Amino acid sequence: MHLPLSDMYNQPDERNRLDHMRQGVIGKPLDRPEGPLKVSGTATYAAEWRIAGCVDGVLVLASIAQGQVSAIHRDDVLAREGVLAVIADPAMTRRSAQGMAAKAPQQDAARVEYFGQPVALVVAQTFEQARDAALALRIDYTDASDPAPFDPHGSGVKVEAPSDSKPVEGGDLDQAMETAAFSIDVEYETPGHASAAMEPHATIAQWQGDNLVLHGSYQMLAYNVKEIADCLGIAADKVRIIAPYVGGGFGSKLGITHEAVSAAIAARELGRPVRVVMTRQQVFQTVMRRSETRQRVRLAADPAGRLIGLGHEALVSNLPGEKFAEPVTQATEFLYGGENRLLKVEVARISRLTAGSVRAPGEAVGMQVLEAAMDELAEKIGIDPIDLRKRNLPATVPVEGTPYSSRMLTQALEEGVKAFGWSARQTRPCQTREGEWWIGMGMASAARVNMMVPAQARVTLRADGSALVETDQTDIGTGTYAILGQIAGEMLGLPIAQVTVTLGDTAFPAGAGSGGSFGAISTGSAVMRACEAIRETLAKRLGCDETDLALKDGSASGPGGESRGLPDLLDGHDLVETGSIKPGKTAKEFSQASYGAFFAEVAVHAFTGEVRVRRMTGAFGFGRVLNAKTARSQCLGGMVWGIGSALTEELAFDTRDGHLVNHDLAEYHVPVHADVPAIEVILLEERDAAASPLQAKGVGELGICGAAGAIANAVYNACGVRVRSFPLTLDKIIPALPDPFASAV
Amino acid sequence: MKAFTLDHAPNADTALAAMGQGATAIAGGTNLVDLMKLQVATPERLVSIRRTGLDTIGYDGDGLRIGALVTNADCAADMRVRQDWPLLSQAILAGASPQLRNRATTGGNLCQRTRCGYFTDTTQACNKREPGTGCAAREGFNRIHAVLGTSEACIATYPGDMAVALLALDAVVLTQGPFGLRQIPLAMFHREPGEDPSRDNVLQPGELITAVKLPAPTGGRQVYRKVRDRASYAFALVSVAVDLTMEQGRIARCALAFGSLGTVPWRDPAVEAVLVGEVPSPALFAQAAEILLRDARGFGANDFKIPLAARALAATLAQATKG
Repeated sequence: MHLPLSDMYNQPDERNRLDHMRQGVIGKPLDRPEGPLKVSGTATYAAEWRIAGCVDGVLVLASIAQGQVSAIHRDDVLAREGVLAVIADPAMTRRSAQGMAAKAPQQDAARVEYFGQPVALVVAQTFEQARDAALALRIDYTDASDPAPFDPHGSGVKVEAPSDSKPVEGGDLDQAMETAAFSIDVEYETPGHASAAMEPHATIAQWQGDNLVLHGSYQMLAYNVKEIADCLGIAADKVRIIAPYVGGGFGSKLGITHEAVSAAIAARELGRPVRVVMTRQQVFQTVMRRSETRQRVRLAADPAGRLIGLGHEALVSNLPGEKFAEPVTQATEFLYGGENRLLKVEVARISRLTAGSVRAPGEAVGMQVLEAAMDELAEKIGIDPIDLRKRNLPATVPVEGTPYSSRMLTQALEEGVKAFGWSARQTRPCQTREGEWWIGMGMASAARVNMMVPAQARVTLRADGSALVETDQTDIGTGTYAILGQIAGEMLGLPIAQVTVTLGDTAFPAGAGSGGSFGAISTGSAVMRACEAIRETLAKRLGCDETDLALKDGSASGPGGESRGLPDLLDGHDLVETGSIKPGKTAKEFSQASYGAFFAEVAVHAFTGEVRVRRMTGAFGFGRVLNAKTARSQCLGGMVWGIGSALTEELAFDTRDGHLVNHDLAEYHVPVHADVPAIEVILLEERDAAASPLQAKGVGELGICGAAGAIANAVYNACGVRVRSFPLTLDKIIPALPDPFASAV
Repeated sequence: MKAFTLDHAPNADTALAAMGQGATAIAGGTNLVDLMKLQVATPERLVSIRRTGLDTIGYDGDGLRIGALVTNADCAADMRVRQDWPLLSQAILAGASPQLRNRATTGGNLCQRTRCGYFTDTTQACNKREPGTGCAAREGFNRIHAVLGTSEACIATYPGDMAVALLALDAVVLTQGPFGLRQIPLAMFHREPGEDPSRDNVLQPGELITAVKLPAPTGGRQVYRKVRDRASYAFALVSVAVDLTMEQGRIARCALAFGSLGTVPWRDPAVEAVLVGEVPSPALFAQAAEILLRDARGFGANDFKIPLAARALAATLAQATKG
């Protein structure tokens, strides 16, 4: 292995190599190479692998919320036709692994911590036999000795500080609130969310001697291998995961969950492959939820509309002892000024399924509330919401003093204002009525932290001049196949058809995995570095410096005009290099984030309070655009989630037993096509050397981070109703609507 | 899902014979199959009625006869329906998704079951699913539940749209069963829960819907308004179906039905009576709403349906009486 550069990304790579390459494929809006397979149903997803002798397992869920399994009446169901086994093994999980855990989550499924927790697995010849038997399995329980409450806002709830984050405190916020010319002090609520990936969690487990092969649906394979191995008490190098196509993850597949471990245990016990596919209801009930939040926002401004104080305090929830706490204030830390500040998250310990990462943990719900509160402040001061944002962009991160690597927020605001036609917005609410509908406009800033995680990728320049990229990086529907091919094609001077990208197999070097918007920049940087190493060798063979080497369309040329075809230079041998990158000093020395701005026009029904989004514009700056089409799709998808977060999505728990009432896609309302209007996405090219050698930052989650705030602000602008509880369902709007007949219908 | 047998009946008589021996009729299966997966329904024997030939639409005097097997998509698209009974077309198109409407049938739609989350979850108490177990929805998350026609035993809504339009249009359900043929006015078809919520409608064991009959068109203005949480693929929070005729600035005739408000598609003659003969005005609409909702009772999360129904009614009447 030849590594010309340190693994650690300690200094911004100002060489900006990609802009000096010749092929011209980077950034282009190329189609995904695997797209035709997916839309024709021929991409093989986890549960679709045909493996000889494979039988089906179905998880058995607890019908109590808290207690201990005292007896499992196996015999009744074992006597049924087709039933092969009832598995209840101490190694089975009762919680899901958090992202990047790399170790087993809580095991011992016999201890029930929340309603619907998996407690056993029934395996049968067919899925239907297994499902029937799973429903029929009788289980006895004893009561929990120290049950946790079900309602995070009820009495007797234990509230703790998160174990891995501290409040941000500076100056004297109370004092600032008292002396402020303008201030607001408001409480908002956001509900729990489900990832709601299209593909349910599924695993086929197959033992080959001591080695375990899993076909599964996961986001971060290198970590998932360790999680599974730790659960089973085997070495991680005995586990191989194959996951070339993943039908969405949105956080719910970052860590392993129940079906993977139970499939592996059952396959070992039965000595044959076992497939476990979760039903839609099981995914909702047992995998991962985004915590509901209660957020207090305090904003104190001077007469000129500059923030002198900023408070953002959130109460979230999780199971007792679970580390993850929805990082609600993550972007508040760096987005706006206000030297007197208090940013804090606390966790209520309750009995509901594991809370963890769901679609932009932190910013998705934190930004939408902060941006709604900023709208309230702008109104109070009497200035345009855009101006309020522009007046409050600090030179360095408050309290910490860290510089920004780059920040496209002002440009995003300005480009968005122009493209959307913000100047047509009425300053006061209830000014525009079209038939039965009030029309209004709102905006919000977008911000999402940029993260790099360790990643490796292998690039082979084959003797025939074509290239192969191999990494265990997953593509969860985001366009990873496309962008990694474009990076390699650009660096090696190859048309995109000459590059093959192979993903999602732990037999390959460990990529970053998909999550936190870090997959592209982390694994992309590893691909780039592998290509740099190959270029070094090619340059040597051509007799020039690597920096002088020009590669295009399969030919190499040097500064003196010497030119040779790649097959000629390769002389019948492949060139293989593995590139590697790890986060280093740049992650600490710079505040790195992607930025943007959202603009929304909504219609609120004057009689019924129904809200429909009429159009949205988003302008985003996230460093280099690696593929204009897939990046745009990411932003579009994020804004669609924003619509859901603003208007429809809400996990409804019954606070008597903590069970989830709406556990399917009919009653958990993600936006449907008719909810999604024309959305305009503006990509603002920039270069951010501190973020990655690619000069790119994460974009996957940016589109949701604040989007719901823009919609809520537009609702207020339309009808004068300020709802401080998301989602803005009509029941919260109608009590405060003006008389529908007062204005002409 | 439990193991079951499936036979295809070539005609209604064969289907009825099978049903007489305990088989459950299945048409599009868009609701029944879901309930079978969840084991809310556990039939051991199914008889498919899809090949019985009950899938035609034809005039019946001045009225229209819609076969029980006519799909929702075909019914909504039928030119006769669209021209003379547009309310029915609007209501069908407001429901479900194109895929479901291609499969769901006229008879099956009338028999669809509630979407109460406690009914579809076998870990929860539900008198409709399992008589005598109680009603977990009353004190639970009941945002989508009924405010009219409820009982101690059950507060679940009939969830559909099509039946609400049929109710306003004075449709009649034609059935064939062990005791012969019946004509059941839509208004008599669905049952309020009372003490026995397990039966949603008055169909007897072994009785099959063969058609729905629409009376002669009224020539009135017809509007179906569905209020819901998202723009498509969501059950109504409240829906209003109106068929109304104006004469000289006054409401001459008016039929009104409401969906997702009551435990059954809801029609109240007193509401229509207060409107007929009057000049439309916001005050009149409010008066009608007051009558409609005089016995309405919320259970917490669904309290909003009471003011929402009044607002939806006002909007619908304003639209139907305008100009």
